[in-house]
Amino acid sequence: MDKLLKPLTALGKAEPLRETIGPWELVERVDVALASVAPRRGREAEVSAAAAKAGVPVPGVARAAEGEVFASFWLTPDMFMVEAPFASHEDIRPKLLAILGDGASVTEQTDAWVRFDLTGAGLERVFQKLCNVDLGAAPEGFATRTVIEHMGCYLIKRNGVTLYGARSMAGSLHHAIHLAAGTVA
Amino acid sequence: MTRIAGGLIDRSRTLTFTFDGQSFQGHPGDTLASALLAADVRLMGRSFKYHRPRGVLTSGSEEPNALVEVRTGGRQEPNTRATVQEVFEGLTARSQNRWPSLSFDALGINDRLNSFFAAGFYYKTFMWPAKFWEKLYEPIIRRAAGLGALTREADPDAYDKGFLHADLLVVGAGPAGLMAALTAGRAGLRVILADEDFLLGGRLNAESLAVGEQGSADWARSAAAELAALPTVRLMPRTTVFGVFDHGIYGAVERVSDHLPAPVQGQVRQTLWRIYAPQAIMATGAIERPIAFDNNDRPGVMLAGALRAYANRWAVVPGQRVAVFANNDDGLRTAVDLQAKGVDVVAVIDSREGGALLPGIRHLRGASVVDTSGRLGLTGITVEHRGRRETLAVDALGVSGGWNPNLGLMQQHRARPDWSDEIAAFVPARGPKGLVAVGAAAGVFSTHGALRTGAEAARAAAEALGRQAPYALPKAEDAPYRIAPLWAVKGASRAWVDQQNDVTVKDVKLAHQEAFSDVEHLKRYTTLGMATDQGKTGNLLGAAIMAELTGQSIEATGQTTYRPPFTPVSLGALGGRSKGRDFKPFRLTPSHHWAKSQGAVFVEVGMWLRTQWLPKAGETEWRQSVDREVLATRASVGICDVTTLGKIDVQGTDAAAFLDRVYANNFASLAIGKCRYGLMLREDGMVYDDGTTARLGPNEYVMTTTTANAVLVFRNLEYARQVLWPDLDVQIISTTEAWAQYSVAGPNARKLLQKLVDQDISDAGLPYMGCAEITIGGLRARLFRISFSGELAYEIAVPARYGDGLIRALVAAGEEFGAVVYGTEALGVMRVEKGHVAGNELNGTSTALNMGLGKMVSRKKEAIGVTLSGREALVAEDGLRLVGVKPVNPADAMKAGSHFLKIGAAPTVENDDGWLTSLVYSPHLGHYIALGYLRDGARRMGEKIRVVNLLAGTEIMAEIVSPHFIDPQGERLRG
Repeated sequence: MDKLLKPLTALGKAEPLRETIGPWELVERVDVALASVAPRRGREAEVSAAAAKAGVPVPGVARAAEGEVFASFWLTPDMFMVEAPFASHEDIRPKLLAILGDGASVTEQTDAWVRFDLTGAGLERVFQKLCNVDLGAAPEGFATRTVIEHMGCYLIKRNGVTLYGARSMAGSLHHAIHLAAGTVA
Repeated sequence: MTRIAGGLIDRSRTLTFTFDGQSFQGHPGDTLASALLAADVRLMGRSFKYHRPRGVLTSGSEEPNALVEVRTGGRQEPNTRATVQEVFEGLTARSQNRWPSLSFDALGINDRLNSFFAAGFYYKTFMWPAKFWEKLYEPIIRRAAGLGALTREADPDAYDKGFLHADLLVVGAGPAGLMAALTAGRAGLRVILADEDFLLGGRLNAESLAVGEQGSADWARSAAAELAALPTVRLMPRTTVFGVFDHGIYGAVERVSDHLPAPVQGQVRQTLWRIYAPQAIMATGAIERPIAFDNNDRPGVMLAGALRAYANRWAVVPGQRVAVFANNDDGLRTAVDLQAKGVDVVAVIDSREGGALLPGIRHLRGASVVDTSGRLGLTGITVEHRGRRETLAVDALGVSGGWNPNLGLMQQHRARPDWSDEIAAFVPARGPKGLVAVGAAAGVFSTHGALRTGAEAARAAAEALGRQAPYALPKAEDAPYRIAPLWAVKGASRAWVDQQNDVTVKDVKLAHQEAFSDVEHLKRYTTLGMATDQGKTGNLLGAAIMAELTGQSIEATGQTTYRPPFTPVSLGALGGRSKGRDFKPFRLTPSHHWAKSQGAVFVEVGMWLRTQWLPKAGETEWRQSVDREVLATRASVGICDVTTLGKIDVQGTDAAAFLDRVYANNFASLAIGKCRYGLMLREDGMVYDDGTTARLGPNEYVMTTTTANAVLVFRNLEYARQVLWPDLDVQIISTTEAWAQYSVAGPNARKLLQKLVDQDISDAGLPYMGCAEITIGGLRARLFRISFSGELAYEIAVPARYGDGLIRALVAAGEEFGAVVYGTEALGVMRVEKGHVAGNELNGTSTALNMGLGKMVSRKKEAIGVTLSGREALVAEDGLRLVGVKPVNPADAMKAGSHFLKIGAAPTVENDDGWLTSLVYSPHLGHYIALGYLRDGARRMGEKIRVVNLLAGTEIMAEIVSPHFIDPQGERLRG
């Protein structure tokens, strides 16, 4: 759809950032739609069943889960985030409501976040300088909330590290990662 | 030169450095202290109070005397211990606290006047006049009695912080620490081994002992090499674990570059590590203590273990004729080692009676050193033996009063250590969970004992994780220590207890005499144990002398509280990267990049950068821009980025009930497609936030908060949801960042928006306080018909990535109307003109009634704060009320912060009638206007009042008016 309004990335550019710092690659992802899903009181099982049927994986505590189209990660004891391809699921909320009905509160979160994917061997060294997550000991698929330089983030260990930070702080978050990676590269 | 053979220095390389401008040479492996001693420099500093000549007392981080300034310019660091500063090429060091020079210090006069400078003399002498203290006495005293200085230049280096995780943290890499790390590391545990020294091995490097088939230093080197090769072990030399915090968290400083002239490009000077370790082993060794005897502080008098360390590790003997004064067997090792190195050991003065004598050495049993001589360094000692006094010409004296387990970390959680008669010292007890002491730190002084306890503790740590950690101990000495306590030798002159703070036995006696006998009082009264070394060598000595005076046991006398940091930590390391522009993160609004391109002036609002105003060509003063933005908005249309207001998505079948409980006014009746202004109260009834909440669906609301309180409101809602009313079905999540939101205000707001919005937004299509999910060229968007400015106004929201596109589209569409983009200043002017409250009025001490919004607080339901807002004093009829204020003479400029006074009333607190909260210049009215809280304000409309600012010295005559300066009937916004 050719829109009237042109989108910008969280870093204020037309194209997402892609850069190499030492052995690591950092990629800004703008191709993922997000929505939070919070089952309503007493309807957790119903929501899980409906989600499973439609291929929306429900993550375990402090875990990310992957499906064919949808992926998800845990936020709080009663809320998780669903990820889907932006191109096909930009307006993600009605799509999820169609699956989950009124059993869950669903909120579009796509543009609340900036997402950086980091890959390369030895990412533990970078995150030792950024946050208190024990990346070395964390299993693949681990998802947690953490704080980087005062900025609340979600961190997922998934083929490297996926980091979600507040969109408005994208520049500061990128600066922090860039600086930390630079010192240990 | 006093270098001897051997040692752990690299003689193949020579490093040149300066001390007080004079050039010296050392080798890699040298500390500043060892290199200076090797060059026959014994005098390294002047004492704190008496300016006594001082040399090194120790060979480690406990050093009280040899404090120097190293480096220059922004890198200059005072109070650096020469005993731990590694020598590097080009190092510059200077002595401190002396003038004009170290060897001739004019303030050495203080030493002659010592009788005036006893403990507590400041308190007694500088009593009056009181106002002289800060301006006169303190600066003079600080200059005379001091440590090093800073240059006040900015530190050019970067510092870092980080987080490490381990199964086991081992603090200290002496025999116990190395053995613990080997045992755990071989078993595959994730181990961090940290040591403050640059060379791992601890006392193994300072002794001439054997471990297994190797010399002790060789064994340490082999152990370190094996550890370095183990994949799960992280070796951290030059790293001081300085504090134990809650839940197995340890603070450590790694001195990444302090051994280099400057950090390598891209590297930091120091890194502050937070180490998470459920189990930790404290293998921090022991600190030797001196014995107090007259003039025991001359350069050349040092601890016996240090004297031995300089000889064995650094191949330095700081003297030609050496004596040893000891009360334990360990001290005798110094004499044996030095003699083996061919040094002339004049005598061993052993305070103990009986026992075997050292072969080939003049070993005096039952003897003591009673005095010393030498002006800038030791030249002789007076020994008392069997009632006879004898003077010996010596230039170095090693003293051992015994060893204190290094309790620093173990006792930081305020647990009191236990007393051990066997070693006459405190031993650790009841430390923080997960932390155990081993080796000398636990009072086990033999090498075998250190290796054994280290291995045992590591095995226990492994077992706690369900792992096996077998070990085999190398053979090592297990000799007895045999101490007979001796704290102070009776004398007529001054005997130093705490050399850093110039505290003598006499000072301790004086403290006792003046009833400052408790160790904590003793510390404050005499300064014993203060400053950079925190009494590592002197504290127990002081407590023991006090115990003798009071007749209490040392155990009952106790120790002062141990606190982090164990050794000084630079402020740079604590600050890490958080300085300058990196002090905090910035939050940018969706229109930021566009606004920046337009030359916007930004203001920090919390972490947000908001457009404050947008100057146009030719505007030289901020008021010109702001006035233009206000007038253009009221005349036609203005656009403002309001994304920073908090947005909270509230959903659930009980969402309406939930809102009804968190807002003071009614929300249950809000219809779908409508917005309502709401007030939130604290439990005490004061208003703490306000904003608009829109109902988008049956169980779906979006709440807005003020920018400042977005996080606080969210936190309070979470608390209410999870703790107060867990039975309610309500789910919340912040959407502040998800949507870019702009206010479009002014008579032409609708016309402008209608050009972009796909749906009908006529007054019928979207009446005042309506809201709708709309589209802009097919893109999902939200439109709220709400107004802060008092104009016909909307807030329009699109997903944040389209925010830049939307501001450009709005500006383009607004061109035909002469639309402006306005900033927070114009926003503020318009809200004051309209009489809306904001942060200045929501000051935490104001009720809805004060704000003129008393009727909003519904008494028909229960909501947070409603009950307490009805307290008698808060509902008094003559209480403060929000009013408008305008100057009687329009040319008069009122001052922010002014108070209201009746005509003729004296400017006293009793006559204070309230104060001015918000002041702006209204370009619309052509004069200043203000809001304020006035006593009984609602009934004083039209009254003339004085607006007085005593600080600025201004007084303006003003008239009390309605706070609604513009369109009091609200016709514009309903237009």
